[in-house]
Amino acid sequence: MIRALHRWPGVLALALLAVLALSGAALSVFPAAERLAAPRAEAGLSVAALAERILAAYPGVEQIRRAPSGRITAYWFDQGTPGAAVIDPATGQGVASADPNPTQRWLTNLHRSLFLGDGGRMAMAAGAAAMLVLAVSGVALVTRRVGGWRHWFARLRGPLAGRLHVEIARIAVIGLVLSAATALWMTASTFGLLPDGGATLAFPTEVSGEMGMAVGQMPVLAETPVAELRTLSFPYAGDATDAFTLKTDAGTGYLDQGTGALLAWADLTGWERVSETVYMLHTGQGAAGLGLILGLMALGVPAMGVTGVLIWLAGWRRRPRIRGNQPAGRAQTIVLVGSEGGSTWGFAATLQAALTAAGQGVHVGPMSGFAPERYARAERIIVLAATYGDGVAPASAKGFLDRLNGTGRAPDVPLAVLGFGDRSFPAYCAFAKDVAAAAQAKGWPELLPFDTIDRQSPQDFSRWGRALGEALGIPLELSHQPVLPRTETLTLVSRRNYGADMQAGAAILRFALPRATLWQRLTGAGFARFEAGDLIGVLPQGSPVPRLYSLASGRHDGFVEIVVRKHPGGLASGQLTALEPGATVPAFLRRNPGFHAGRSRTPLILIGAGTGIGPLAGFIRGNARQRPVHLFFGMRHADSDFFYGQEMPGWQAEGRLTRLVTAVSRGARPRYVQDALRNDAAQVARLIHEGARVMVCGGRDMAAGVADALAEILAPAGLSPAVLKAEGRYVEDVY
Amino acid sequence: MKSLLATLALTTALTLPGLAMARPVTLTTTLTNYGGDGAYLAIYVTDASGAYVGSLWMAGDKSRYYEHLSDWHRATGGDTGQVDGITGASVGAGRTLEITLDLADALFDAGYTLHIDAAVEDMRDSPNEVAVPLTTDGAGTIVQGRRYIAGFAYDM
Repeated sequence: MIRALHRWPGVLALALLAVLALSGAALSVFPAAERLAAPRAEAGLSVAALAERILAAYPGVEQIRRAPSGRITAYWFDQGTPGAAVIDPATGQGVASADPNPTQRWLTNLHRSLFLGDGGRMAMAAGAAAMLVLAVSGVALVTRRVGGWRHWFARLRGPLAGRLHVEIARIAVIGLVLSAATALWMTASTFGLLPDGGATLAFPTEVSGEMGMAVGQMPVLAETPVAELRTLSFPYAGDATDAFTLKTDAGTGYLDQGTGALLAWADLTGWERVSETVYMLHTGQGAAGLGLILGLMALGVPAMGVTGVLIWLAGWRRRPRIRGNQPAGRAQTIVLVGSEGGSTWGFAATLQAALTAAGQGVHVGPMSGFAPERYARAERIIVLAATYGDGVAPASAKGFLDRLNGTGRAPDVPLAVLGFGDRSFPAYCAFAKDVAAAAQAKGWPELLPFDTIDRQSPQDFSRWGRALGEALGIPLELSHQPVLPRTETLTLVSRRNYGADMQAGAAILRFALPRATLWQRLTGAGFARFEAGDLIGVLPQGSPVPRLYSLASGRHDGFVEIVVRKHPGGLASGQLTALEPGATVPAFLRRNPGFHAGRSRTPLILIGAGTGIGPLAGFIRGNARQRPVHLFFGMRHADSDFFYGQEMPGWQAEGRLTRLVTAVSRGARPRYVQDALRNDAAQVARLIHEGARVMVCGGRDMAAGVADALAEILAPAGLSPAVLKAEGRYVEDVY
Repeated sequence: MKSLLATLALTTALTLPGLAMARPVTLTTTLTNYGGDGAYLAIYVTDASGAYVGSLWMAGDKSRYYEHLSDWHRATGGDTGQVDGITGASVGAGRTLEITLDLADALFDAGYTLHIDAAVEDMRDSPNEVAVPLTTDGAGTIVQGRRYIAGFAYDM
């Protein structure tokens, strides 16, 4: 809901907002420039003294104005010819033209009305309103994303476009809210929707009728410092009934031209002060520094527009199209999806299509959008939930459990929970289990018993579909073809074999970088942008299920590299390790932003075993900035699987690798990588104490052993792997 | 064609003989290229003593800017009722404003003066930009303004 409120005003008003923001940013420079260029009045100079100096230089002076920037302008008539100039208050002489700057005037008209008069003003006001809606909904989204107000400036993860969008937004939003709100106020004022608030000061009914008092002698003018002056208008030459009109920061008054007496005075009303403050905040006139800051923040708008559209397009392309999706309030069946990479959406689409064909009204939405109060006609709710990492909620299910636990009572309509996962992980369908358990604890009626789908199995899904059909009393046949990301063809350019003579052979495979299309380069899609630690999905012949491998190279390395060990009977690993240079394999890129080395300068402790060295070697190869890197590398045989053994000395010599510790698990002195860590306990503890980040890659057992070893090492310091994980300083890529 | 200024009829013109006699008069105002945004113009009439009689036209529709037409504003107290129904758009630099009104014969050759106040955003206010006596002989004579008006004439 909030996302839609953010997306549509953004997409619709994109061009308008870009024009508004860019012209506004350009305009913000003028008040500052004017302030710098305006000749300063000496401190304490009175209006009387200033008027006397100007009168001496221009005897026909009619009006003296002081802009909020401090610039003083005089207008006069000299033998019937009007004149005007910017005045140096020290001399009373004109120093510059008083004509408005044509560029500024052009920009102003563009900014407030697109040169289209009142219609344009309304369009621009609509743009400002859209900006406000975007800011408010954006704040709600960011707060939700980072987990509350207090984490407003928390570190961000995820694709670059999304990070940039939020990085800019969370700084610029305050300025954009201020500019948009003041813009709406000013438009309302221009159209007379707000009262002017200024009572007109009536011209005094009686004046002395005398003329000729020297302006320098008038006490009111002598008491008024130039810094408070706005305008001083002189009486018409020779008109004894006229008077001086003085406007200052305090109010407006009339002065008798014969006696200098104050004939009438009206203070500025509170409303006028508010209006002037709004004007100042919006234009920066009188607050040039603030204006420049607001201008800079406005420059973020086009950048946020571009990144916002990229985010939107990326999400749009990832999610399968769901045809005929019903609004939540009208559907009989609510399908909630918890998906990380997007594959569960494909199952949801299949389910929705089958139910719709059976005459059901179906709404499919993310679990994070769980809102039972909106499901007015729902007869059942079906949750399809994947699991992220070690049992964490996947991206589209963030906040679901909190919301469920926060509601007083579970919905009355029955629930079915279906988990998606991979049985080879210990946390198999852990999140879906949590959901089912929480629902049971709440007393939510059950439509179907909890069930799971292993590795996107179409058979499992079809079986569950029949059970669902029986429960609903309709025949339901779910035949799901998993929607796979579009693959690209990778061509092997070289391979390095390790232990090829042994049964468990392994190889470092290097593929040529596929050519990126212009679109991919612009959006960073596919292989146009990747780094070590990201994953590639390889589709082996004979199976529609992709196998994921960690990348040992980044885009800037100029190739795609993975480390593969042949597993007995392994389909993908067998095909990959059999590849010869020139052979090709279909593959797609999957980002893994949680397992990137990052740009920080804090030390890295890299721990890996076997082929898990791949991404770690990639980090070291890319470490041109000589960040301290300590590598703990476990292998079975030093002579057969010391991957990258040839490069290590060179990397150490170049400062890319600070220290290498190896552990060999077979042979004379068997030792695991966790043993190596324990041996080095003091130094590891010191590094972590100093802020080092730990990255672990390899098999599940190794990772568990490493976590145990680190728990022991850190316990004396009162730290634990769990604490480090929460801080993002302990990350694993485990298979 | 705009009918005779209602305000005039209500204020002083009632006391004048021959009110029923009116004729169409065309007011043509051409602005200079002063290099600014559209100008606000107030066209109004004063009597022989200089007292405000009524308004003929207001070019510019945002009443919050009327105070910059300072003579008109002072004479009327900023009363927008004075220009109800006789208000149009502001006039761009170099453009010409042409309006035709039915004016009472009694206004001519009787000491009345037509005034134009002008104002432009971020530029100087120019009250009494033009002041021409209304006479039958003066019709068709082009008068130059002080700052913004290149030429003004009334034709009968």
